[in-house]
Amino acid sequence: MTAPPFRRGRPYPDGDLVMTAAPRPPSRVVVVGASAAGLAAVEGLRRLGYAGSLTLVGDEPHLPYDRPPLSKQLLSGEWDTDRLRMRTPEVLEGLDLDLRLGEPAAALDTAAREVVLAGGERLPYDALVVATGLTPRRIPGAEGVTGAYVLRTVEDALALRDHLGRKPRMVVAGAGFVGAEAAAVAVAAGADVTLVSAAPVPLADVLGDEIGTMLAGVHREHGVRMETGALVTAVTSADGAATGVRLSDGREIAADAVVMGVGAVPAIGWLAGSGLSLGDGVECDATLYAGSGVWAAGDVACWLAPRTGRPTRVEHRTHAAESGLAVARNILAGPGAGQPFDPVPFVWSDQYDLRIQIYGRTRGADEVRVVERGAGPRELVALYRSGDRVCGVVGVNRPRQTRGYRALVAQGADWHEAVGTQDAAPVAG
Amino acid sequence: MRVTVDQDKCVGSGQCVLAAERVFDQRDEDGIVVLLDAEPSADQHDDVRQAALVCPALAIELAE
Repeated sequence: MTAPPFRRGRPYPDGDLVMTAAPRPPSRVVVVGASAAGLAAVEGLRRLGYAGSLTLVGDEPHLPYDRPPLSKQLLSGEWDTDRLRMRTPEVLEGLDLDLRLGEPAAALDTAAREVVLAGGERLPYDALVVATGLTPRRIPGAEGVTGAYVLRTVEDALALRDHLGRKPRMVVAGAGFVGAEAAAVAVAAGADVTLVSAAPVPLADVLGDEIGTMLAGVHREHGVRMETGALVTAVTSADGAATGVRLSDGREIAADAVVMGVGAVPAIGWLAGSGLSLGDGVECDATLYAGSGVWAAGDVACWLAPRTGRPTRVEHRTHAAESGLAVARNILAGPGAGQPFDPVPFVWSDQYDLRIQIYGRTRGADEVRVVERGAGPRELVALYRSGDRVCGVVGVNRPRQTRGYRALVAQGADWHEAVGTQDAAPVAG
Repeated sequence: MRVTVDQDKCVGSGQCVLAAERVFDQRDEDGIVVLLDAEPSADQHDDVRQAALVCPALAIELAE
């Protein structure tokens, strides 16, 4: 993105004019959220030369660890927890952080510019980064019930892994990436698995009917039962232990393990009353600035994405790192002088022997077109259309080739030019 | 700067190639990272650091 050559007379969003004295650079930065986005922000700040005080607050007691393997290698037992660690203690030491782990932030006082920790301590800041991520949704009836799991923390994943060792009857509620990955790991571990999808075709809203149908077929081949077009409305239990789930059509499915893969909501409860604009996350301008010296990064940030002009939230691992770095850059540039954050979203999912890679935004696309095939029936690349533009690309077992199409997404290439030389090709099931 | 990659951790995202295409590539068959230059020249260092930071699998280690 090229900056405009002149900013004459253009006010900052805060209302300050360009001609006023440059804002003092921050000397106290607080980052709340010690996962991928928060870590990228503190590393970015130090890498860009920020030498002031830097506090990283995390509600979990652990050093920053990586979440995507929780539903994959950690759950399967292929990895142990030490492989999740995002940085060694020595690297973190080198960042010269005031590291506050196991200390949730409880409130934000934007007037005093202080973060209030759950223990009552107040942390003053010149610039604050909110990177508190998501809270997984739970299903009614699951509260306090053993055998009902979400997958967000390392403890969640280890508890479920332990249960998988007893080869349970398991229901996975929700067939998004987390649910589908958990089902794949569980059935391989010998569990009896039913995957419940609200949509008639799992992941159809993200990948389209054809690839969704292919994925459902792969789950069935591996022995996963699919219940489609049904919502899990309740977890049933007896004596505090899960006994199964109830579906929206009234049926019940017996299970001693229930995985709730039904999405998550931005963790913004602690910001109530702060004066920040809160909706589906912390609402920010195109530079990830939320006003009052506050910036947001990662899953929790709802920013005005230049690519679409719409308030956007992205729950991908790469987005966490990219947005954390962007916030670091923009904090040092100052409010109003930051660069718009305009990434091409990327996410991957590993299920069985399928490697699925997605660039751009495919949810709700107007059309899906397979543009390339590999030797096997489950090797393909498909483009996604929004209006008359390419909005996304999905590859199945074609990672390198899929990356080749990313430029079309980045440019918002004309659809007909992009697919014009390709024959329409149906997806094999 | 010395670069090492962990092909077991790599998820084939290709983010490293986008950041530093003279240092990283991907295998054709499965997209796993291929290290083209374990000791990149100084003009590549910023790009390589960017690659390590954005790698979603934490599969790139730098010794500087």
